[in-house]
Amino acid sequence: MPLKRRTKAGNTLPLLLVAAPGLLYLLINNYIPMLGIFIAFKDINFVKGIFGSDWVGFDNFKFLFKTTDAFIMTRNTLLYNLAFIVIGTVCSLFIAILMSELLGKTYAKLFQSGLVLPNLISMVIVSYLVFAFLNADSGFVNHSILRPLGLTELNWYSEPKYWPFILVIVELWKSAGFGSIVYFAFIAGIDKSIYEAAKIDGAGKLKQIFGITLPMLTPTIILLGLLAVGRIFNSDFGLFYQVPMNSGALYSTTQTIDTYVYRALIQLNDVGMSAAAGLYQSVVGFILVIVANAIVRKVNADNALF
Amino acid sequence: MIIQTAGERAFRTFSAAVMSLVTLTAFLPFILILVSSFTDEKILVSKGFGFFPEKLSVDAYIYMFGNITTFARAYGVSIFVTCVGTALSLLITTMLAYPMSRGDFKYRNVLAFAVFFTMLFRGGVVPSYIMWSKYFSIKDTLSALIFPNYLMNGFNVLLVRNYFKHSVPFDLVESAQLDGASEIKIYYKIMLPLSIPVMATIGLFTALMYWNDWINALYYISKPQYYGIQNLLIRLMNNIQYLKSSEASSMLGSNVMELPSNAVRMAMAVAGVLPIVIVLPFLQKYLTKGVVIGAVKG
Repeated sequence: MPLKRRTKAGNTLPLLLVAAPGLLYLLINNYIPMLGIFIAFKDINFVKGIFGSDWVGFDNFKFLFKTTDAFIMTRNTLLYNLAFIVIGTVCSLFIAILMSELLGKTYAKLFQSGLVLPNLISMVIVSYLVFAFLNADSGFVNHSILRPLGLTELNWYSEPKYWPFILVIVELWKSAGFGSIVYFAFIAGIDKSIYEAAKIDGAGKLKQIFGITLPMLTPTIILLGLLAVGRIFNSDFGLFYQVPMNSGALYSTTQTIDTYVYRALIQLNDVGMSAAAGLYQSVVGFILVIVANAIVRKVNADNALF
Repeated sequence: MIIQTAGERAFRTFSAAVMSLVTLTAFLPFILILVSSFTDEKILVSKGFGFFPEKLSVDAYIYMFGNITTFARAYGVSIFVTCVGTALSLLITTMLAYPMSRGDFKYRNVLAFAVFFTMLFRGGVVPSYIMWSKYFSIKDTLSALIFPNYLMNGFNVLLVRNYFKHSVPFDLVESAQLDGASEIKIYYKIMLPLSIPVMATIGLFTALMYWNDWINALYYISKPQYYGIQNLLIRLMNNIQYLKSSEASSMLGSNVMELPSNAVRMAMAVAGVLPIVIVLPFLQKYLTKGVVIGAVKG
């Protein structure tokens, strides 16, 4: 068909032009910064310019990993994410299963809109909510819980040891409802006749949940879990920066790689260390995504990201 | 009708009870700030934030409306950035996705890989910060709130590409081509009108991202007149003095000493959440759809 071939050849350029604005944005926003990773290997001096600055090899990394910061931020990033993945999955599943038991779509919808609201607000608003509960002078917890019980009031924003619990609770509060909707959708897709058959065999509700619902969901749970593991080197900057109010006293339990990169760059003006930490995060993150995907592909090729 | 056993009924009641409790937990913090924003400042100072205050007051809101210029400007910035950012984002996302969806486009796989790779590897914050601030000079402009990071993401592009590919019949494109329509015309006369559902979903998430963003301003904005609502909230939380010192409140003169600072903070938080609460019922459908799409691969 000569006509078709002519359209094809004639259309390459117009189609490229349609794609151009998006491509230009990717080039600027994503690809040029990738070239900038060599900043981590330079002693940046803005008078000399980025290209004129001296190469220092791995010095930035050497200095970074000599500090205790490197250990603390890596530990915190990994442990928080592990806690979020495990506890988050359990809570989301729990909510989803209960939600699927409710009669009528109207109720499920009502609960859903209530449960997604926390996910839609910014971390700034979340920090206000946490402040209303925890601030030392007028917070709800100090005034209305600890004081009536005769316990000592706590200065939450300067006690690092409580923050692992606070941050896990805040993250769960914000994201578990949202996560449950995914599982809810999968549960809704399970063939009802399986449950009917189980019922006839005399299986109770709990037996149905552990014998049917959970096994049916296992591939999804594993898939989502692995994808979360691929992102384990990233953290929500807002949760770890804004919610603890950037309190210096809390860095030992709130510093993650993302907050370190920001503080080193903007507050300490240490471009080298910040770039080194950022590259460390990008490279390890990249490797983790690749590995996680390879495992997903081994488990179930259809579910692999690529 | 399926007959329910006693055990099933009990389990159902248990589910309803626990779900009500869980949903209440999701709401309680919002109720606390709402109640606090209507609480008399003296009560907040002596008794702390509570769900059942002894004395109600609308002073915080009177104060807020008395200083409407500060708040209105921040609201204006947020609304502008959200509208422009979302519109631009939808435009360039769908424009990039359209050629990629075309089976007869030579470079579709090259483009798909270029898009996909951005989801795997990032240059990091530092090169990106230096590029935007030193080479594009976007510091202290509204562009700083629109362009870095959020304008387009690979995931949405691939999502729209798949939608175009699987939900828009290719026959439509072919017949338009035979009629002599240009690619631009096919894009906006055929592809866009037929992709309203997917655009609503990604548009909603993009709009939420812009409305909730405060990080771009943290990096690139130092002049308060470019602060959106989120950054005004940060500023207010860190330093209630900002209100006292801001131009708008200088008119208040001596009243400044009696500023209902805690209640004003919470009133501002309410103002920040309100738009989301208002639009939530209308967006529910697209929201749940988006969550499920987001969970499975694009």
